[in-house]
Amino acid sequence: MTLVLSQFFTGISIGAVLLLIALGLSLTFGQMNVINMAHGEFIMAGAYTTYVLQQVISDAGVSLLIALPIAFAVAGLMGVALEWLLIRRLYTRPLDTLLVTWGVSLILQQVARDIFGTPNVQTRAPDLLTGNVKLFTSADGVELTIANNRLFILLLVVLAIGALTMALRFTSLGRRIRAVVQNRDLAAVSGIPTGRVDRLTFFIGSGLAGIAGVALTLLGPIGPTMGTNIIIDAFLVVVVGGIGQLKGSVIVAFTLGVLQSSVEYLTTLSVAKVIVFVAIVAFLQWRPQGMFTLRTRSLA
Amino acid sequence: MSRFRGRRLMACSAILVAAVALTACGSKTGEGATGAGVTADTSGDTVKVGLLNSLSGTMAISEVTVRDSIKLAVEEINAAGGVLGKKIEPISEDGASDWPTFAEKATKLIKEDRVVAVFGCWTSASRKAVKPVFESNKALLFYPVQYEGLEQSPYIFYTGATTNQQIVPGLDYLKAQGKKTVYLVGSDYVFPRTANKIIKAYAAANGMTVLGEDYAPLGSTEFGTITNKVKASKADAVFNTLNGDSNVAFFKEYKSAGLTAATMPVVSVSIAEEEVKSIGTQYLADQLTAWNYYQTTPGAANDKFVKAYKAKFGADKPTSDPMEAAYVSVYLWKAMVEKAKSFDVEKVKAASDGITFDAPEGLVTIDGATQHISKTARIGKIGADGLITEVWNSGQPVKPDPYLKGYPWAAGLS
Amino acid sequence: MIDWISKRTRARAGLGFALGAILLFAVAPVALTDFRLSLLAKYLCIAMVAVGIGLAWGRGGMLTLGQGVFFGLGGYAMAMHLKLADAGEGNMPDFMELYGQLDELPGWWKPFANPFFALAATMLLPMLVAFLLGSLVFRRRVRGAYFAILSQALAAALVIFLIGQQGTTGGTNGLTDIKGFFGYDLADPVNKRMVYFIVAAVLLVLLALARQLMQSRYGELLVAVRDSEERVRFLGYNPANVKLVAYVVAAGMAGLAGALFVPAVGIISPALIGIVPSIEFVIGVAVGGRAALLGPVLGAVAVAWARTALSEKFPGTWTYLQGLLFVVVVAFLPGGLASLVGMVRRRTRPAAPAEPTAPAQPPATVLEGASA
Repeated sequence: MTLVLSQFFTGISIGAVLLLIALGLSLTFGQMNVINMAHGEFIMAGAYTTYVLQQVISDAGVSLLIALPIAFAVAGLMGVALEWLLIRRLYTRPLDTLLVTWGVSLILQQVARDIFGTPNVQTRAPDLLTGNVKLFTSADGVELTIANNRLFILLLVVLAIGALTMALRFTSLGRRIRAVVQNRDLAAVSGIPTGRVDRLTFFIGSGLAGIAGVALTLLGPIGPTMGTNIIIDAFLVVVVGGIGQLKGSVIVAFTLGVLQSSVEYLTTLSVAKVIVFVAIVAFLQWRPQGMFTLRTRSLA
Repeated sequence: MSRFRGRRLMACSAILVAAVALTACGSKTGEGATGAGVTADTSGDTVKVGLLNSLSGTMAISEVTVRDSIKLAVEEINAAGGVLGKKIEPISEDGASDWPTFAEKATKLIKEDRVVAVFGCWTSASRKAVKPVFESNKALLFYPVQYEGLEQSPYIFYTGATTNQQIVPGLDYLKAQGKKTVYLVGSDYVFPRTANKIIKAYAAANGMTVLGEDYAPLGSTEFGTITNKVKASKADAVFNTLNGDSNVAFFKEYKSAGLTAATMPVVSVSIAEEEVKSIGTQYLADQLTAWNYYQTTPGAANDKFVKAYKAKFGADKPTSDPMEAAYVSVYLWKAMVEKAKSFDVEKVKAASDGITFDAPEGLVTIDGATQHISKTARIGKIGADGLITEVWNSGQPVKPDPYLKGYPWAAGLS
Repeated sequence: MIDWISKRTRARAGLGFALGAILLFAVAPVALTDFRLSLLAKYLCIAMVAVGIGLAWGRGGMLTLGQGVFFGLGGYAMAMHLKLADAGEGNMPDFMELYGQLDELPGWWKPFANPFFALAATMLLPMLVAFLLGSLVFRRRVRGAYFAILSQALAAALVIFLIGQQGTTGGTNGLTDIKGFFGYDLADPVNKRMVYFIVAAVLLVLLALARQLMQSRYGELLVAVRDSEERVRFLGYNPANVKLVAYVVAAGMAGLAGALFVPAVGIISPALIGIVPSIEFVIGVAVGGRAALLGPVLGAVAVAWARTALSEKFPGTWTYLQGLLFVVVVAFLPGGLASLVGMVRRRTRPAAPAEPTAPAQPPATVLEGASA
């Protein structure tokens, strides 16, 4: 029972990491239909930001908290630069954005190698985040613990989703983003500067990748190729969740997380990955447009 | 239209048939290969050696440092007058962490550059990919990394540890510490799977129990479930054969789960000083490693090696076991050539048995029969300063036994 | 007039094929050393995959980012047979005895001992997988980005699967140390040449096949589906079937390429079929010109050659160059280098009739024109 519970929480936390990465994609891919393969490198930029800040501010906790907004800004600005230089020329060619941004991701990885060196770098996590919370000890002596860094990431995801939902629903920027997504031409005619809205959407989406990068320093390696391993899974979350829908991504991320961790527990990680893929293909047979669909002109 | 199509397809098929008919006159399998027509070029004042390492891709992390230490050895030898009066000219090729590329570059070094020997390769997969190239061209490879054993190519010299020089001593140490149960965690490739097979055989014969065995795909960074399983098993120790990035994620998760070196120590066989630096001592303090060399290994030869390496590549760069084995391999090759008084591959091989070298890790001796070297096994503890200090050693060099023939419990393995 | 054009282009195409054949069969074997010739054989295998991608992506608009899967299936089918042939009747391949701890050959290996089955499987197996996946996916109108991401995920899943079954697939090592090719010793340079000639001949055949397909009624339908799937549906065709044919043909070409890659290079491994190699197959096609017939081939060979030549000296620089090449060509020259030729030709001879074998405009520019 303890194991089932701790396994369930592991699944939830895998889902949280997936969601944190997919959240930015749900804006740039989901709302704007841009397949940004360099999203993983924005995550990397966020992680390296944490590393650089720690060279300046030695206190691990303080530097981690400061890293969150700065990584958001760094990755966000990289996103804006990418949007302005390349992507805005390619809005009518979504498949080509995939290829172009893959080229960009190659270049960014090499830049990271040239600046920070090929080996991974390390950051110190604040002591508070390397511990865990003990929930209870079961009869056979196995403790049920929840890792603090996982809780921190879960909290971060909840906050990010909350902020994003609020921003999309209640601010004028959010209204403009939704207007542009639903009908670009009409929005333009109504006086919304669609180019600027696109750039802002991209800023927020890429910035969220930066935040994911900060969170990932608590879990995994910080190196030039750290973004490439996770990015496909995150794309799948958005695809299955349904374009243009936050709630779809949320449900799918947690479902995939729990599915993967349960299958992995019963078999192996390799088998789990293959089964998750088969499940996704099967799901798309049933609902080819993803879990939730938004009726927009762009999806015709 | 259809008339044309038929005609063109017929013409194309004719080309195909003609091409096969024209050229199908090479030797059949089993007739004895005629491919070994390439000989190394030793006519000039210099001889070329090949350096075959990944300078790009995921393995570059480890392999660049190996390349650097090979270069260091080459420079030292050249400064001391070279080999048989000839200076060594190193030619570096990038294997790009991609096994077929390794095979391609090995062919290039042998056939185009006509090198006298090649030093390099890291992963077992890259070694397996180049092995047929060296065998069919009758050229020499020096392989400097600990590996899974069960191999003995006549054209490869293995200067890293085989299993009885690293894994078996690691298990002996755990047994001596009174650890009765172990959990096995590894990356999903040849080395961990073979190592774990050996560990299970050892455990069965030595009264230890293997409580579980888990593999993660190379590069995998999600260790929540594996850590849960490890924790629930309440094993006495963990034997870790993970590679590269996965180690970072594993140890971060391990610490978060409240597992420590005091309650459940981890013995790692792929974490050297360089990796400690990139994972962070926060997560690794007091965990164990099994190798044959540490930067802290005492002795004049090692002082000289560490000093020379840091002078050339930077004071913050640590030295590690594979780097040392690569450095040693160049000197061993030099000694073999000088004993044979020739660069000829067969003569060099014939001269190899019994050659010794006062290496940074201590005295090593080539065993001509297996083309491995005898090495002292050392268990180390990772310190808060990122260096590894020895807590136990085998006392004397362990003779290489790649097929574990001298261990009765390993009878069914190979 | 029309008749005159088609005769002219047919003559020109014939001339092109003859020129290509002379280059591949007469010039290259004389001008190159054995080592470089075997490298060329490897590039030509990649070019075969490119021909298929050119058909499916350039003409059909399906960005097939998972061609590594089909390349791998073909390669493994061939390598399994060659390993069994090397081991000899009744024996198991060397790696299986080392890692597999099996008493006998697994059942799914057994049919590959038959050379005819194995040869057929190199093409039919990838085509079957493509057919199954394609008919599921296209029927449900999964397309564009969804399709691209799905094919990438398929590549990733296959790699993980192959690596996980080390005892029977060789794991990360893949199948290595292949000694013979249908009885001929691959260590013999003469036989290596034979492999090269076979590769070159097969590439020419595939090119002829692709040209026939592109010029046929089906080819026009395929381009129509690419440019406006809905309109083709209204005309009474099923776009899913049209796409499926191109996808399956491209998969067969990739499978054949994988099968020939094995004797040419001597190895097949999961590292050759994952996400990154799958995207790299596309690079050459994009650089050469996706919709042209020869563009993908020349692009694939040029990129592979540049990689070998440059990475020998400047591994880091090569990564920058590869990325930049990709960004610049796809973003600013979507027709690839082939469209440069077309542009120059149009500028120098404005009165010349439109050239059907010249690169058709890629879908993107068509769309761009429509929305502008």
